[in-house]
Amino acid sequence: MKLTGAEILCESLTKLGVQHIFGYPGGAILPVYDALGKSKLHHILVRHEQGATHMADGYARATGGVGVAMATSGPGATNMVTGIATAMLDSSPVVCITGQVSSKLLGSDAFQEIDITGITMPITKHNVVVSRAEDIARTVREAFIIANTGRPGPVLVDITKDAQQASCEFDWEASTPKLPQKRVRNDHNQEEFDRAVELLNTAKRPIILAGRGIMLSGAMRAFEQFVRTCDIPVAMTLLGIGCFPASDPMNLGMMGMHGEAWVNHAIQESDLLIAVGMRFDDRVTGDLRTYAKGARKIHIEIDRAEINKNVKVDAALIGDARETLEKLIPHIVNPDRAPWLAHIRELRGDSAVRDIQSLPDNGHLYAAHVINDLWKETRGEAIVVTDVGQHQMWEAQYYHHNQPRTLITSGGLGTMGFALPAAIGAKFAKPDSEVWVVVGDGGFQMTMCELATIVQEKINIKIAIINNGFLGMVRQWQEFFYDKRYVATPLVAPDFAALANAFGIRGERITARADVLPTIRSARESKETVLIDFRVEQEDSVYPMVPAGASLHEMIRRPNNPLVETATEP
Amino acid sequence: MQTLVAYVENKPGVLNRVSSLARRLAINIDSLTVGPTDNPQIARMTIVAHTDEKGGHRLEASLEKLVDVLLAENISERSLLERDLALIKVLADQQSRPHLMELIKVFRARVVDVAPESLIIEVSGTVDKIDGLLEVLRPFGVLEMARSGRISMTRGGDLLRPPAPRETQAPAVVTR
Ligand SMILES: Cc1cc2nc3c(=O)[nH]c(=O)nc-3n(C[C@H](O)[C@H](O)[C@H](O)COP(=O)(O)OP(=O)(O)OC[C@H]3O[C@@H](n4cnc5c(N)ncnc54)[C@H](O)[C@@H]3O)c2cc1C
Ligand SMILES: Cc1ncc(C[n+]2csc(CCOP(=O)(O)OP(=O)(O)O)c2C)c(N)n1
Ligand SMILES: [Mg+2]
Repeated sequence: MKLTGAEILCESLTKLGVQHIFGYPGGAILPVYDALGKSKLHHILVRHEQGATHMADGYARATGGVGVAMATSGPGATNMVTGIATAMLDSSPVVCITGQVSSKLLGSDAFQEIDITGITMPITKHNVVVSRAEDIARTVREAFIIANTGRPGPVLVDITKDAQQASCEFDWEASTPKLPQKRVRNDHNQEEFDRAVELLNTAKRPIILAGRGIMLSGAMRAFEQFVRTCDIPVAMTLLGIGCFPASDPMNLGMMGMHGEAWVNHAIQESDLLIAVGMRFDDRVTGDLRTYAKGARKIHIEIDRAEINKNVKVDAALIGDARETLEKLIPHIVNPDRAPWLAHIRELRGDSAVRDIQSLPDNGHLYAAHVINDLWKETRGEAIVVTDVGQHQMWEAQYYHHNQPRTLITSGGLGTMGFALPAAIGAKFAKPDSEVWVVVGDGGFQMTMCELATIVQEKINIKIAIINNGFLGMVRQWQEFFYDKRYVATPLVAPDFAALANAFGIRGERITARADVLPTIRSARESKETVLIDFRVEQEDSVYPMVPAGASLHEMIRRPNNPLVETATEP
Repeated sequence: MQTLVAYVENKPGVLNRVSSLARRLAINIDSLTVGPTDNPQIARMTIVAHTDEKGGHRLEASLEKLVDVLLAENISERSLLERDLALIKVLADQQSRPHLMELIKVFRARVVDVAPESLIIEVSGTVDKIDGLLEVLRPFGVLEMARSGRISMTRGGDLLRPPAPRETQAPAVVTR
């Protein structure tokens, strides 16, 4: 069967199981759009190509499958850069397809020609230019394999316009991937394995550090069994949240910069850390020189390059988390953890001061209240997509996720503007799930144009803007470390509810604590998107906080009477 | 200093990926040489990087993550043969010529071009040997120099070969 390159692309995507493409057209990708119109693929027209990449990313994070974004050459492609980097740092399988000028024009500074493979080389797992229609099917198949095997990541396929237009024979069966044949390393090292078992069976104060790799590996069940067998408490990274139920008594909560105080103390006092699918980010470890000094370390990790990168480990178990955990479980002898668990409970006791329940209602609205109410009302079952900033941390602290892939957030790059588009992607991936966006007034203004996408696509998500009138997280740093000089952090915003109305979306504004629950309830009852502008306390801060570069146990704790100290008019 | 050997797909852009990776890891490359192997589809690189053992490991593991890198190995701790090749154009008049010839003999170098005012000397060997020759040539007036960069090979039966080509490929279905 003879098809054009553009048709081959659409056929190939369909054959690979793709249903949705998030994109934006332009000259160099127009042949593909023409073919898209004749295909069964659902193209979602975004309002900015950055949004397309975040949507594909949110789609991928919600399901574990590959998300697909598309853009034209030049500015369309460069607009994708932030989204690609976001996916790269959080190992998200995204395939980006960009149009490129015709191959005979390559290198001539043609109209909207940009070397997008050059630009994205350091922020993709792999990228490639295709200049022949004959190569499209094979290359796209390869892109999907690369994006979602091993440690996942974004792949960009740049297709010249002449390759889209040329016709050639299309034979899916014959277009088998021809990826370079790499050496296969035998990652299993019996010595390391035996050492890990020995450490596991002799530790007195062990902690498991659970990361996103557990989710990527689909190791949730094996992980739970592992925890039960060795009876070791679990601390979560931000991106690990959900891979082990928050309601489980063995789940201590989040570690790191804004982790729970008792979790960080427990880590610092531990004699063994078992890191599973996490990469010891500096927001997790604080000062490396003082990080868990008395602890031996086991690292279960698929990527050899992560071993000993930040933290020197005593036993490196390289490979897929699920396989490794399943191999370990039979070797574990269950020791008595009672004294250690009791000690952690003691550590926890001291943290009630910052508990939301102990804050009196003095008429002011705190973000924590909003999140807590949202959690209660949705029974922790919604997919929550957060942006970056204080609200992101409050969500992690107060929304208790029990299911994997229900917290979607940009951790590694910390990309403001991520939440709204990523939530749209997540909704397409999980149309039957309730999807909430939790976003700051700053980040929302970065990608709020995607409200139009929501309306055009008639999708139903709920948007909670945690509106504190500040670039709150930066303001917090200025409060703590720059003597409260609030330079460039007070932030004017439009009336978000009215803005929503202008897009044809219902908008609400909430200023009182008592109105939070009823508004969330009524938003949930609606079959359409609802935006709620929560006017929260302006100068509240996220506690505890490990200042950047400080030791993990050196946390700034919530002042005893935060309401009096920080109360201002919302 | 760490020495790595990598087998890569012999196609455009791969060198760029490798050097771009080193830059991203903030690892300075001292020398990088590439040449085809007995299989023209595959090229072999020797990379000498200004870094410690930890950086060497990171570079090795990160290189091997690149799709087009078939194998990367840090061979710094192994028994190695290392060679660098240099062409050195040096001032040579009637007076200095005999002295130069003497030195060239000591260093087992060769004269590969003779002109009225200058000579081109070809020398191969370890970096130290070439540096040594250069040192003694300097007073004569070095006009120009080109060096190939280092190539390295592990000695004896310690073989580093690219994986043998397979006929079939893994199935293309991705489900997780
Ligand atoms: C404002 C802000 C504040 C933050 N504060 C905190 C904080 O307080 N605490 C915190 O934890 N984070 C915090 N973060 C997030 C932090 O920056 C990192 O993104 C996060 O800690 C990374 O978590 P991770 O290592 O689990 O996930 P990733 O970075 O996604 O790493 C996953 C790891 O798993 C490995 N892996 C992948 N697949 C597999 C597999 N199949 N088997 C085994 N391993 C696999 C990968 O190779 C990788 O090493 C914050 C971010 C922001 C923006
Ligand atoms: C694209 C981008 N620019 C800048 C930053 C730095 N930054 C991190 S948090 C933050 C403030 C976010 O403000 P807002 O969205 O209102 O959320 P809040 O912290 O107030 O909850 C900024 C500017 C970033 N993470 N991303
Ligand atoms: Mg804000």
